[in-house]
Amino acid sequence: MNDVESLADWIALACLLTGAFLCLTAGVGLLRFPDVLSRMHAGTKPQVMGVLLIMVGGAIRLSGWSATWMLLLVAVFQLITAPVNAHMVSRIAYRRGHVGRDSLFVDELGVAPRGAEVTAGEEGRRGDQPADAPIGDETEPQVDEDDGAGDQAVDEPAREPRG
Amino acid sequence: MTPVVALIFGMLGLGAVLAMIRLALGPSLLDRVVATDTILVIVTAGLAVHAAVNRDPTVVPVLVVVALLVFVGAISVARYVGGMLLRTGADVEELGVSPAAEQVQGHEGTERP
Repeated sequence: MNDVESLADWIALACLLTGAFLCLTAGVGLLRFPDVLSRMHAGTKPQVMGVLLIMVGGAIRLSGWSATWMLLLVAVFQLITAPVNAHMVSRIAYRRGHVGRDSLFVDELGVAPRGAEVTAGEEGRRGDQPADAPIGDETEPQVDEDDGAGDQAVDEPAREPRG
Repeated sequence: MTPVVALIFGMLGLGAVLAMIRLALGPSLLDRVVATDTILVIVTAGLAVHAAVNRDPTVVPVLVVVALLVFVGAISVARYVGGMLLRTGADVEELGVSPAAEQVQGHEGTERP
């Protein structure tokens, strides 16, 4: 950084420094935390906050609107994809049992019957069920056959025997 | 300003090295997925820091590609592990299971199809 003279450059430098510090904490947390969910908690810190800070710093430093819009695109893309990413990884982690049960205060999925996804896999049905899907089989083919209707119309008869 | 830039790159590099240690040690496949996500995000951050420090906007399109790669990679590996869970059912040992899973009795289903 050879030309830091204005206040905006110092602000950009502070943003870059904070984002880099978040990346360092992600590495430390990944190495020290015990199970997958807490490692995700540490590892997704730079995915949102660190990337946002570094993109703000880069947008301040870089001149020209094309670079600014592209950095904004990266930031918005991270904001959209990070929850999806974390949801899928943590759901699979819960199903595979990579969760320390003694460190949980509330386990809302623990009241669901076990093995629903295993029985569905044996019968060759839907590949990706909700994590709290019941074992009971009588509602599942009805969900699969209603392809023409919308999602609410499909989900609504399946949810009623579940409760 | 060079010490501050060196500090920024040092923190990014140390974070990436620690995530790589987790990638090598990680007892399960999902630990490695999370570590790979973090490494790719740190790569994105390093490219953006390079672009910001040198006022060099040529690497900015690479950021979009790497951000896309994080999403597609993690989602596809997560779907793959979920498909293995459906297909094989009970064999948690083949993927390498974390010590937390040993506290869970009968979670994965006991019979193999």
